Amino acid sequence: MGGGGGASPPTSIAVALRGITKRFPAVVANDSIDFDAAAGEVHALLGENGAGKTTLSNILTGLYRPDEGAIVLFGQRTEFQSPRDALDAGIAMVHQHFRLVSPFTVAENVVLGDHRDVGRSFLLRPRAIEERVEELSRRYGLAVEPRARIWQLSVGEQQRVEILKALYQDARILILDEPTAVLTPQEADALFDTIRVMAEDGRTVIFISHKLHEVKAVADRVTVLRRGKSVATVPAADATPRSLAALMVGRELEVGGRSVERGPVGEPVLELDGVWADGDRGVPAVKDVSLTIRGGEIVGVAGVAGNGQRELAETIVGMRPLTNGGVAVSGRRLSGGDPREAISAGIAYIPEDRLGTGVAPGLSIGSNIVLKSYRGAPVSTGPMLRFARIRELADRVIDDYDVRTSGPDVPAWQLSGGNLQKVVLAREFSGAPVVLVAASPTRGLDVAGIETVHSYLRGAASTGLGVLLISEDLDEILSLADRVAVMYEGGVVGERDVGTATVEELGLLMAGGKSED
Amino acid sequence: MRIERRLRQPWWLAVVVPVVSIAGAFVLSGLVLLLTGYPPLRSFHRLFDAAFIANGALSDTVVAGTPLAFTGLAAAVAFRMNIFNIGGEGQLYAGAITGATVGLLMAGTPSPLVFAGMIAAGAAGGALLAAIPAVLRAFFSTNEIITSLMLNYVVALVMEYLIFDSQSYLRDTSSFQGKVFPQGKTLPAEATWSSWTIHGLVLPLGFLLAIVVAALMWVLYSRTRFGFEVQVIGDSARAGRYAGMRTRRKILAVMCLSGAIAGLGGASQTGDFRHQLDPRGLRQANYGYTGIVVAALARYNPFAVVLVALLLGGLTNAGFTLQGADFPAGLVGVIQGLILFCALGGELFVRYRVRFAW
Repeated sequence: MGGGGGASPPTSIAVALRGITKRFPAVVANDSIDFDAAAGEVHALLGENGAGKTTLSNILTGLYRPDEGAIVLFGQRTEFQSPRDALDAGIAMVHQHFRLVSPFTVAENVVLGDHRDVGRSFLLRPRAIEERVEELSRRYGLAVEPRARIWQLSVGEQQRVEILKALYQDARILILDEPTAVLTPQEADALFDTIRVMAEDGRTVIFISHKLHEVKAVADRVTVLRRGKSVATVPAADATPRSLAALMVGRELEVGGRSVERGPVGEPVLELDGVWADGDRGVPAVKDVSLTIRGGEIVGVAGVAGNGQRELAETIVGMRPLTNGGVAVSGRRLSGGDPREAISAGIAYIPEDRLGTGVAPGLSIGSNIVLKSYRGAPVSTGPMLRFARIRELADRVIDDYDVRTSGPDVPAWQLSGGNLQKVVLAREFSGAPVVLVAASPTRGLDVAGIETVHSYLRGAASTGLGVLLISEDLDEILSLADRVAVMYEGGVVGERDVGTATVEELGLLMAGGKSED
Repeated sequence: MRIERRLRQPWWLAVVVPVVSIAGAFVLSGLVLLLTGYPPLRSFHRLFDAAFIANGALSDTVVAGTPLAFTGLAAAVAFRMNIFNIGGEGQLYAGAITGATVGLLMAGTPSPLVFAGMIAAGAAGGALLAAIPAVLRAFFSTNEIITSLMLNYVVALVMEYLIFDSQSYLRDTSSFQGKVFPQGKTLPAEATWSSWTIHGLVLPLGFLLAIVVAALMWVLYSRTRFGFEVQVIGDSARAGRYAGMRTRRKILAVMCLSGAIAGLGGASQTGDFRHQLDPRGLRQANYGYTGIVVAALARYNPFAVVLVALLLGGLTNAGFTLQGADFPAGLVGVIQGLILFCALGGELFVRYRVRFAW
């Protein structure tokens, strides 16, 4: 079931961008981009991080004003003074991070931005709004209870509220920014159905993504952005993941290429035995998790965000106390709740939150490289630090890992995500670990950065390290891991060999469904 | 016009911005003077003369600046780790109480021993008081700004109780004066701290001690593992925990160090200048709170703290000397306020730059 419109040329242009250029102090974010989308079309915007997708959608929604170029809306040249103008003109955006008021009901949130219809009246008439919301959700397959409060809803449901909000305001052009990032495969399929219904209605859907198969599945045409330029617009039906990837990065990449050659799997390096831990709110977030990771293998932990993966990682590395069960490294049991103990036992950790946990953002690259090794030789002698050694180490890391920066004294926050992750990787590997816990190590990175991280993870496993890879990206786990454990509501609900697992089965487990066995 | 974050902070900004800020403060206060009918240049001239140039003025400025150097260093030590010890005021009182007690107790002992005893007691008094908000912060996540601030009032009242409302050891109950109006017992001569005179400039022991503390703080914070940990935790406490640093211990250590330095200021007040526990005088002086301003102006750099303390101390000193019908009494306060305002405003230009679009 490919895109509906196929390759036929667009008939009535809903929105066209002509030569849009937007410059920021250091970069040209958009460089004379031409783009158009027809009424009834699903048009995907594909590109790496930093390719200019976000800037372009901010221009479309009136948040930025272009330095050059024009926006043509339904044949009329338009200039937006503010986001409100764009909204009034029928352009709505569903952001990656939802703009919802969590103590309010669905209906209240939907009417929040409305200044034309019932939202303008002094008194709210909840019944009328609720009816309209119900009608819209039936028509577009967006099942959600209008009187429910936002905090009671799952992430997928919250996204539906965002879409309902746009539909309620009768948006003719909807921009969805990486909408599937937070969804299970089943939820994503439901979203694609909704997108098709919206398109059949004559609305324009601009679908921002960097997942190739989604773009293939849902879009009619694809515009690929690279380094602020629009490099091609192609019919989705004619494109292949390989050709799109090549356009996106400007060179051929291995897509889903799975390298099987691995070193032999060794002794258990990390054993979790009935681990329990509390979440930030004091209720159990990790429930009775048992897992064994052997040297030389990569074990993936899949699951939708918020099912205890982050807490599990923090418990293993000692940043969160164990309430029950045990963690053992190379057969030696840890007392838990002490990061220093975990570090000296040989646990390396790539935290989900790079800037703020993985590195101290205000400190130099050099300082961040010795963040864990400053305590002893050769970085310090007695109580004093040896700055010459720190510089040497930092220079070597910058060379070896190809960190793009002007020098080791640059503060860490100035590095891009990919370069920052290289610094973290370099530091973690320098401690001669036996096991590596990697929590969403590629989140927010561009394709090249993802490739780099993946190759380091593969390399680590081939040198005999045990790797625990926690990721919400099932594709990532399937392409890297030997085994996969699925977490749901704090517990491991299934463990499979990657060779025998199917995406459907894993998706079902992630959504809390039981699989056949 | 747009304001954007600087990617790089040129080294000269750290010098130029404070200088321009202070100049700006004087221009603004000059305007205030003009509006109120005083000749600005002459007023400033008299102010500088009374603060730094006139006979003995610089020595008085050192006297006024010494306690501010201690409280400024105390604040800077804690602020470097993003721990906001607002309790310098109370910790200085605590150091004054313990310092005076030891000074009285050690009567008859050789002077150097008495000095050492008072210095140790002052530091211990301040550190012990600071330990209360430190423990609350480290183990119960209580906001140290509130707890350390509130303790200032507690210690202030304890100090007043010792002199005005009780027959404590520290109160002078024998002399005629002391019977008429309550006051602290005068410390013995051997508890009077030494001072050295160089070309007419009197340098009290306390001031030299402050310079030593500043030097030690610089070494500690820029050359040692301890300082590295403080930097990391101050920048991101989570990164510190992630790296296996003992963040709780560090909070305790830094708070107690900060309290000890403020306590030294209290001991210096009794040993160098007041020679008795003087609750009213200490409370009026507001050394602890002014120390926070000093630390902020000095951008937490220990040597800059000493300089800024002398600058603000000089202004205070000049204000006292010149007070009278022909000199606007509020001027010194106005200038101090404007300096702070301009300096904090200047911070913006260190971190951000303003661009004019055309």
